[in-house]
Parts: sequence; structure tokens; C-alpha cells
Amino acid sequence: MQLQYCLILAAALFCIGIYGLITSRNAVRVLMSIELMLNAVNLNLMGFSNFLDPSAIKGQIFTIFVITVAAAEAAVGLAIILAIYRNRETVDMEQFNLLKW
Amino acid sequence: MTLAEGVQIVSFGILAVMVIGSALGVVLLSNIVYSAFLLGGVFISIAGLYVLLNAEFVAAAQVLIYVGAINVLILFAIMLVNKREDFSRIPRRWIRQGATAVVCFGLFALLGTMILITPWSLDPTSPAVIENAIVEIGKHFFSDFLLPFELASVLLLMAMVGAIILARRDIIPEAAIARDRETVSTSLTLPERPREIASIGSSSAKEQ
Repeated sequence: MQLQYCLILAAALFCIGIYGLITSRNAVRVLMSIELMLNAVNLNLMGFSNFLDPSAIKGQIFTIFVITVAAAEAAVGLAIILAIYRNRETVDMEQFNLLKW
Repeated sequence: MTLAEGVQIVSFGILAVMVIGSALGVVLLSNIVYSAFLLGGVFISIAGLYVLLNAEFVAAAQVLIYVGAINVLILFAIMLVNKREDFSRIPRRWIRQGATAVVCFGLFALLGTMILITPWSLDPTSPAVIENAIVEIGKHFFSDFLLPFELASVLLLMAMVGAIILARRDIIPEAAIARDRETVSTSLTLPERPREIASIGSSSAKEQ
């Protein structure tokens, strides 16, 4: 159990999140991909906190703050998706072109 | 953790496989309900990783907040917008997906190389784990992280108000409110479009 394994796992999770963020067409799945990326960042912070700073665990504090911000982001994002769905009758990302042209 | 080294390695391997497999399922499966449940699997596996990393409090917070709140919220959003629609075909979409996959894999290769060649200045001995992490976290919260702690509560309040304002139905003009005043009973009722008016525009969604 080393620091490198943790970081590589977090990097893989982050890249999967980026792939889902760009390619998925359902708006709810985009939010899920953002949650995956936030979890990857949390895993990085926890790994550094455990292996480099085991006495003053500041990485855990940062992780708790990231979890808080993720909760707020999920609430506001899902509210935005509900509002868009009420107006456009779809959750397809390709048809959300209100600000495009 | 007071586990042996081999047990830690094996547990980490199992949890890593669960995290990566569930995350690939979240991204690649076509049914979004399966994706939401697999997302819960990702969160629980990451909580297990936190336990392996000597952070029991954050693991409990992860299970409570992510699995208990965010995942349930996502499931409710899926139920609310679950119009079964077939997305229109986009020509040459596979080029986009292939390019994105190549870019993501390249990013992963870059990050992996950087992680492996960086000489992390770790002492070779096992890290001295502090006895009670919750006490330490509480000390941090009320001494040097006091301002961010209070700002987080303000942020949560703002997010709650914003989510209510965004997800509410549209506000109608004053005349219509006065016309419908007899149906509005309490003073706490928000001025919003009545249900039958709101459902005229979305009658196509009701039919199917």
C-alpha cells in the first residue's frame, strides 16, 4: 500500500469522469461524471494526508470541505436540470443550445 | 489501520477494481438508472478506501453525504425527468467519442508517468497514525479552519435557497395571483403558476 497506487487510482477515476463529462448526452449523467471527478480529487487529498502529513491531518479537512461543496453543487445542478427540462422537454445535451449561437 | 501489509494490498486491489469497474459502468451503460446505482457502488468503495487510509470519520461522512444524500437526489432527479426518449442520431459521433477516449487515455498516461517518476519524499517506515482523528479534525475546524467552516454553512444555505428558487414553477403576474387568491390559503404559499396552467405547455409529456 503505497502513495503511488492511490494516486494512480485517482488519476484513472478522474480520466473516466472526464470521458463521461464530454461524451454523455443525458444531462443527469454529466452531473454523475462531475461527482466522479470530485471523488477522484478527494482520493488524492486523502492519500497525501495519510502518507505525507499523518500527524496534522489537513487533507481530511479539505476532503470534508470538498464533500460539502459537492453536495451544494449537486443540489443546484439538479435544480437547473429540472428547470431546463421544464422548458425544453428534453435532457439531451445536444439540444441545449440556448446560449450557443 | 492495524492490518498486515498483504491484507492491505489485497483490500486495496479489490476496492480499486470495484471503483474502476463501477465508474466505467456509470459512464458507459445506456440505462441511466443502472448508472445511478453503480454510482452508489463507487461511493461506497471509495469509503472503503478511506478506511484503508486511516480516515474513519471521512469514510462515515462519505457514506452519509454521498450515498445518503447526493445519490438519492440523483435518483429523484432521474425519476422526475424520466421521459424515455431516444436521442437523435448524430452523424460521426464515434469520431468525437474516439477523440475523447484518446485524450483521456493520454491524460492518464501523462499523470501516471508523472506519479511514477516523481521521487516522493516518504520516510520508509509506516506512517505514525494519530490515535483519535475526530478530535484532531474538531480542533482544526474550530481553530485554524474556523472561517471556511462558517463559510461552508453559508454556502449550504445559499445552495438550498438557490435550488428552491430554480426548481420552483414560474411566477405569474399579480393579476392572476389576485384572481386565484381564494385558492391560496396560507400566507406562506409562494406565488406560482397553478398546476392546470402549468400543465398546458407540457401536455405532450403527460400523454405518453
